[in-house]
Amino acid sequence: MATDRDDFIIAIRSAFIKKGNKQRFSLIALIFFSLILISLSRINFTPINYLKLGLNEIVYRISFIVSLPEQQLNKVSIEINNHFKMYSEYSNMRSKLKKIEGKNFNYEYIILENERLRKLIDEYIINSEELVAKVLLDKNSPFLKSIIVNKGSKNKVKNGMAVLDGPFLIGKVVEVNYATSRVLLISDLNSKIPILVEPGNFRSILSGTGKNFATILYSKDEQKIIKDQVIYTSGSGGIFKAGIPVGKTIDDEKVEFFSKLSQLSFVKLVSFSKENN
Amino acid sequence: MSVEYKSTLKKKILELAPLILLFVSVLNEFDLNYLNYKYFSFNFPFILIYYWSLKRSESLGYGYIFIAGLFNDVVIGFPIGLSGFTYLIICGFAAYLRNITLRPNLVNDWLFFLLTILVATSINYFLLITFFEVDVNYYDLTGNIFFTFLLYYIFSYIFDLYRKFVFEGKKNA
Repeated sequence: MATDRDDFIIAIRSAFIKKGNKQRFSLIALIFFSLILISLSRINFTPINYLKLGLNEIVYRISFIVSLPEQQLNKVSIEINNHFKMYSEYSNMRSKLKKIEGKNFNYEYIILENERLRKLIDEYIINSEELVAKVLLDKNSPFLKSIIVNKGSKNKVKNGMAVLDGPFLIGKVVEVNYATSRVLLISDLNSKIPILVEPGNFRSILSGTGKNFATILYSKDEQKIIKDQVIYTSGSGGIFKAGIPVGKTIDDEKVEFFSKLSQLSFVKLVSFSKENN
Repeated sequence: MSVEYKSTLKKKILELAPLILLFVSVLNEFDLNYLNYKYFSFNFPFILIYYWSLKRSESLGYGYIFIAGLFNDVVIGFPIGLSGFTYLIICGFAAYLRNITLRPNLVNDWLFFLLTILVATSINYFLLITFFEVDVNYYDLTGNIFFTFLLYYIFSYIFDLYRKFVFEGKKNA
């Protein structure tokens, strides 16, 4: 037992105290020196801070050069990862592209079908002419709700042209002079426009009331009109293009116009013609 | 430059390779952490110091190991002297094992390496936590010890080949 302990002590002494082969320092001396450095670091001893600053200067410069190969290795690793990712991303993109292409075919089919159906019901109408005109109010007009615009026959204005305020329908041309025209507003009592109420897709006639709203005529009881349904022109009769927004329902059968008819300054006069099938 | 001089220089570089590797590894924190595997990291200087202190202590002088420790402290921001102290403890364990071993055995060396790094790391982090109030992620630390232990076997094999090629080849010559 005592021999074992002696062997242990001899081995420890040999390992820590004796200077090894070609060693300039004994291990125990360096360990003590390390402990002294650690203790001085703990109390923020000024020379240790200077030593640290000096070491920083040396080490950071050398470290930059030494770490270049590892940085290259890192770059290679990232590039390899990117290549692997690229394959999986490419596969994902391909599957997404297939789906999108499928949708695109559906979309194209729907457009063609829509054109075909519109031709079938003879409703395919395109813009032929568009004029911008300034509004000149005519208070002495026999019509209750009408405006005078500064474009007439010399500008190729024709009776029945639709009048728009931006994208919204506001009326139609009812009288054409050489340099001016009269527009009957959709709020006038005499205004009757074929309309489409959406959602619901039912057709009716919008009649002006002489006030700031219009009413829907001839709606059937089973076609319940609710608030905020949108009114478009139906295109029936061929005067207006189908799908021009007019207003929205407020309650019962009353329709509020999208455009403020009392504040018009510039309007568009638009004529539509059927496309040659 | 004569052929003889070239040959001597080449031999000198090959002999100094473990020391160069030690400084390179402490200066750029060679731990393959850019692989971004969670918990995967290892302490290459521990493996290097333990192996060469055990098999050929003159390849890495204690003084150089201490200086490498100082460099490592600067690189990873430890208090000055701490890594050197840890490295020297590893040297002490390796020297002790060398003194008591008659017939070297890789498995014995490997298991003793585990004990060594457990003790050295415990002392290292005990000092860090107690005197320098540093927070330690114990999961990362455990992972680091585990992978350092595992990889010793592989590096030991590689270093054996190198030692036989450079040093024992020289003896035979």
